[in-house]
Amino acid sequence: MTYNVQIKVMLLKDLLDPQGKAVQAGLKNLGLNGINDVRIGKHITLQIDADSEEAAKAAADEACKKLLANPVMEFYEIEMVN
Amino acid sequence: MKFGIVVFPGSNCDRDMQDALQNDMNKEVVMLWHKDKDLSMFSTNDCIVLPGGFSFGDYLRCGAIARLSPMMQSVVEFANKGGKVLGVCNGFQILCESGLLPGALLPNGNQQFVCKNIHLKNAAGNIFKIPVAHGDGRYFAEEKVLDELENNSQVIYYYCDDKGNVDKAFNPNHALRNIAGIKNKQGNVFGMMPHPERAASPALGNTDGLKIFKELGLN
Repeated sequence: MTYNVQIKVMLLKDLLDPQGKAVQAGLKNLGLNGINDVRIGKHITLQIDADSEEAAKAAADEACKKLLANPVMEFYEIEMVN
Repeated sequence: MKFGIVVFPGSNCDRDMQDALQNDMNKEVVMLWHKDKDLSMFSTNDCIVLPGGFSFGDYLRCGAIARLSPMMQSVVEFANKGGKVLGVCNGFQILCESGLLPGALLPNGNQQFVCKNIHLKNAAGNIFKIPVAHGDGRYFAEEKVLDELENNSQVIYYYCDDKGNVDKAFNPNHALRNIAGIKNKQGNVFGMMPHPERAASPALGNTDGLKIFKELGLN
C-alpha cells in the first residue's frame, strides 16, 4: 500500500531564524500588528510503499534521521495522512 | 604533498583552488569528480580539498546532498585513516554534514550574503586578512561541543579585527564564539569559511592565504 507522509522540519526553537525575522519585519510593515514571532521551516511530502502504516512511518523516520533533517540544528515531525 | 580537489556539481571555487595550489604553491593537483571514488593515488601524507561553491544548489541544506556522493564515502575513509582533508566554505559545510567535523553552518545572522575581506586570528595570535563569501556561515554547535572544541584547541581561526581583537563587531555571520574555522580532534581534518585560495597570489594583492596553507601543514 502507498502511504502519504507529511514531514515538517524546523530550526531548533532556541536558534535565531533570520528568514523568519525578515518576514516578521515585512508583516509589520504591512500594518499587521501583534505578530510577535515568525519562524520558517520546510514541509516535505513523501509517498511510501510499505506493508503497514508503522513500516511507512519507520521509513519516513529513517529518511528524516539520515538526510531530511540535521539534528544539530533542526527537529522534525511526521504526520501520516491516509 | 599532493592535493586532490573534489568537484561537485555547483562547485565554483575548485579552479581557484587548483590555481593557488598549482601556480602559487607549485603542488601537484588531481581534480576528482564527485561520482568517482578512487583515491588510491593518494597517501595519508596527501591532502584532499573540498572547495567552495554551491554543491547541488544548496538544496535541502548546504552540503547535505554532496555528503552522499560516492567520492565523499572515499574521503571519509581517507580521513579516518589519517589523511589530511581541508574544506573551505561549502567544503566546510560538507565536512559538518558528513560528520567529519562537529556542528553545523546556519544562514548568516543578518540574512545577507557577505563578501568581503575579514581578519582571522589563530591560536598563536597571528592575524591574517582573508576574504569570505558566503550566505550560510554562522557556525553553531551545542555549548558543550563549543567548550570541547576550545579546550582541545580545535578552533583554528576566530574572526577578529586587524589588531586581533576577537569581538562580535568583527563577526560577519553571527557565528558562535566568533568561530571561523575548526579542526577535528585528531588534527587531520580542517574546515573554514574564509577562502585562503583567493589570497594566495601577489597579483591579487594579498598572500596571507599562503600562510594559512603553511601553518595548517598543507604545503
